Amino acid sequence: MFGRLTIDALPFYSPIALGGALITVFGVLFVVGLITWLGQWRYLWAEWLTSLDHKKVGIMYTTLALVMLIRGFIDAIMMRTQQAIALNSQGYLPPNHFDQIFTSHATIMIFFVAMPFLVGLFNVVVPQQIGARDVAFPFMNSVSLWLTASGAALVMVSLPIGKFSTAGWTAYPPYAEAQYSPGVGVDYWIWAILVSGIGSTLTGINFLVTIAKRRAPGMRLMMMPLFTWTALCTSILIVFAFPALTVASALLGLDRYLGMHFFTNGDGGNMMNYINLFWIWGHPEVYILILPAFGVYSEVVATFSGKPLFGYHSMVYATAAITLLSFSVWLHHFFTMGASPAVNAFFGITTMIIAVPTGVKIFDWLFTMYRGRVRLSVPMLFTLGFIVTFVIGGITGVLLAVAPVDYLMHNTTFLVAHFHNMLIPGALFGYFAGYQYWFPKAFGFRLEEKWGRRAFWAWIIGFYLAFMPLYLLGFMGMPRRLERYYEAAWQPYLLVAELGAISILCGIAFLAIQLAVSIRNRSVLAVSTGDPWNGRTLEWATASPPAPYNFAVVPQVHGIDAWWVMKRDGSAGQMPAHFHDIIMPDDSGAGVLLGAMSFVFAFAMVWEIWWLAVLGGLGMWAAVLSQTFHDHAEHRISAREVEAIEGFRGLVPPGTSGAVS
Amino acid sequence: MLLAIGLAPLLGGCSLAHAPVLDPHGTVALIERNLLFLCAGLMLIVVVPVWMLTFWFTWHFRESNPRARYAPEWSYSAGLDAVVWLVPALIVTCIGFLVWTYTHRLDPYKPIAAAMAPLDVDVVAEDWKWLFIYPEQNIATVNELVFPSDRPLSLKLTSDTVMNSFYVAGLGGQIFAMAGMLTRLNLKAEGPAQFIGRNTQYSGAGFAGFPEQNFSVRATTPSQFDAWVSAAKRSPDALDAAALAAIENPSGRVPIHYYSTVESDLFARIIAKYAGSPMPRARASAAPVPSASGGQ
Repeated sequence: MFGRLTIDALPFYSPIALGGALITVFGVLFVVGLITWLGQWRYLWAEWLTSLDHKKVGIMYTTLALVMLIRGFIDAIMMRTQQAIALNSQGYLPPNHFDQIFTSHATIMIFFVAMPFLVGLFNVVVPQQIGARDVAFPFMNSVSLWLTASGAALVMVSLPIGKFSTAGWTAYPPYAEAQYSPGVGVDYWIWAILVSGIGSTLTGINFLVTIAKRRAPGMRLMMMPLFTWTALCTSILIVFAFPALTVASALLGLDRYLGMHFFTNGDGGNMMNYINLFWIWGHPEVYILILPAFGVYSEVVATFSGKPLFGYHSMVYATAAITLLSFSVWLHHFFTMGASPAVNAFFGITTMIIAVPTGVKIFDWLFTMYRGRVRLSVPMLFTLGFIVTFVIGGITGVLLAVAPVDYLMHNTTFLVAHFHNMLIPGALFGYFAGYQYWFPKAFGFRLEEKWGRRAFWAWIIGFYLAFMPLYLLGFMGMPRRLERYYEAAWQPYLLVAELGAISILCGIAFLAIQLAVSIRNRSVLAVSTGDPWNGRTLEWATASPPAPYNFAVVPQVHGIDAWWVMKRDGSAGQMPAHFHDIIMPDDSGAGVLLGAMSFVFAFAMVWEIWWLAVLGGLGMWAAVLSQTFHDHAEHRISAREVEAIEGFRGLVPPGTSGAVS
Repeated sequence: MLLAIGLAPLLGGCSLAHAPVLDPHGTVALIERNLLFLCAGLMLIVVVPVWMLTFWFTWHFRESNPRARYAPEWSYSAGLDAVVWLVPALIVTCIGFLVWTYTHRLDPYKPIAAAMAPLDVDVVAEDWKWLFIYPEQNIATVNELVFPSDRPLSLKLTSDTVMNSFYVAGLGGQIFAMAGMLTRLNLKAEGPAQFIGRNTQYSGAGFAGFPEQNFSVRATTPSQFDAWVSAAKRSPDALDAAALAAIENPSGRVPIHYYSTVESDLFARIIAKYAGSPMPRARASAAPVPSASGGQ
């Protein structure tokens, strides 16, 4: 009846796992109870969950990312604490629990923090930056969101029910095969990757088409803001790379479920095929995560220096070069697998070629500040912290691309420090800068500065304390993923790393305080115009928060930094002469239903509850069909209504000079 | 990095000075470390200016500095554009040249030139210990690799379980060991020395900690090596199918153990057990393995 699911799936095997399960369960119950107590279910359903408005979808994506960031960070600080004390001892974690944690930490941080965070920023910003009223496929956007949320829920549910994978976030076979990893852990991983991976692929298609087809008249490709450029390149990478991950994890699933032998030890299986497929996705994925952050830095540094971006064309070509090159470097993740020196050297050199466009970007940001008026607001602080710290990761990255050096450092904590150096001060600081920068656009009030600064300092100091010791431990030969160790010389470094984790904990707390304080003081922090930072790009032309249709009249673009041009020639902030009816998509519950049913299906597959899997699968189809047969899924906002909404914005009559500060 | 290196002495840091990667005792590891220093130094040519410019621009062009020049429309300079492309490109060309040269020179498969023929050792990764077979001496050990420091060491590696990564920090190199496949690693010690060998690829419950999957590595004088071989020869145990089955049984915390004789072709049979592939395999393989020894 319940497949492999028995009472033994509950985490009574360890008080710590049980604690984690209880926190998760009570957390969910608390939120559900709170919403019920406030009587907000109808509001939540009608205004948010079923919304196809790209801004709201973006806010939900970002919320998912921030919630999962807390979970991923709890994993991180648990690992740091274990390694800080597990000298000559078991530490405080029961055996094998550490292995689940390093797997879930990375899986969550990559797939359910970084991905939803950057997609959230895309959703809020990109359509507005290109002067569009919506994304190309609003319903598909909702489907992407709920598939991603379903994957995240699957990872979360592995806390109270069953165990998560211990095979690492890369799930290398043959360890991840049924022979060496029986149980549901790897299956949870596979289904979370499959479900959310399809969501990500759809997102890539959506933004590729949106940017290709929905740009305002006059906006040629070489006039697009840099963030839109990076969103375009990221979408291309997603569309080409994610299918490789889907295929790799599906083949692993076939091995596990149907006894096939794609990657098994023996019987013709070959683990090297998996490792290649995985990194054919995995390396572009690194750029999927970092390029949007580069886009944010480009916007922030131009706005807060009061100047156009230096070397716009160079920046675009550098972004495009990174996009292309990112498909030619995957083998550097396994120089130690025994390829010939010509192969290793080829991939080493292609890898370090990427350092050239990246270096160009760094200098272009710096020269944007040159002869500017640099305002050190919180987004700019994150950008400066990024520049100073990211280059360290650049050095260590190029070092690891030198195959003979990689032979020394592979699989050590040096590698761990390197990719955290790319992902925290590189990607995450960019998302934070974007979150601080565009928050007033999405909500109509700024985030409070003082707590933002504190958060920045706690994060950057925490990063240095947590990861510089790991570089050094790599020199001392410490492998990654050690649950316990017997080298007394390592412990001082691991204690410093623990201090770093505590500092980052403060950073997360300060971000939460910042949000709470900002909401409380929202009337003081409210922005009177749509353009609180004196921005340069079109998203600052809309109201804050924007109307559902963003632009009452689709703007005509006359150059790079379209909004800056409009402000200069005085056409900004004018009430349009004429209004027209605007057609917008209806809300739809089908995306939520599809996401929920995909969760039921995946959960049933994990536990081999076949009847429930059939029900879940049918439910997914029902959701798709219900939307397909829903004709006239649009509504009309009349010109009169648009005029009424725009009337509140304090725009000046047409023909007079714009009064936007 | 500078901050961290500055921090190191506070951390009881002479341990860092003797960190195996920074203070190696292997021919290969020494070249690899020098290459690491050289490449890091080359990159500092770009990175140090980045740091200086960041702090200088941030300070000088801050909004509150009335003396700083403000050029609100300035956004391009062909000269600067050329410099920012060419300087990184030049450095990457240099490092790329080093990569090509050194990746060939330090190819783990390449025998190390020396007066004496290399010592062959066949290495098998097991759950969670390492088996070392000495074909020439016809002995085998668990969790101890001993070799004379005046001779190159030529390792052939495979796995009898999941993928492992063989790593002796301070001696050099690192290579995966995979079931049904053969990989190679050529090393040489610089004088007698002791090392700790490890599997760095997570492999299950017995992965973490000494002595569970770590092994002792000793480069000795020739006479010490001969004495060690004779001692192993006195072991009452022979490595045959039954003994191998015992080793294959997953276990951690296995003490060093010697076998005085080894059943012939045992290593080749461990590989053949998994090498059921009808497809020809590339370089990380040679299955089933010919019983020949020596470099290829």
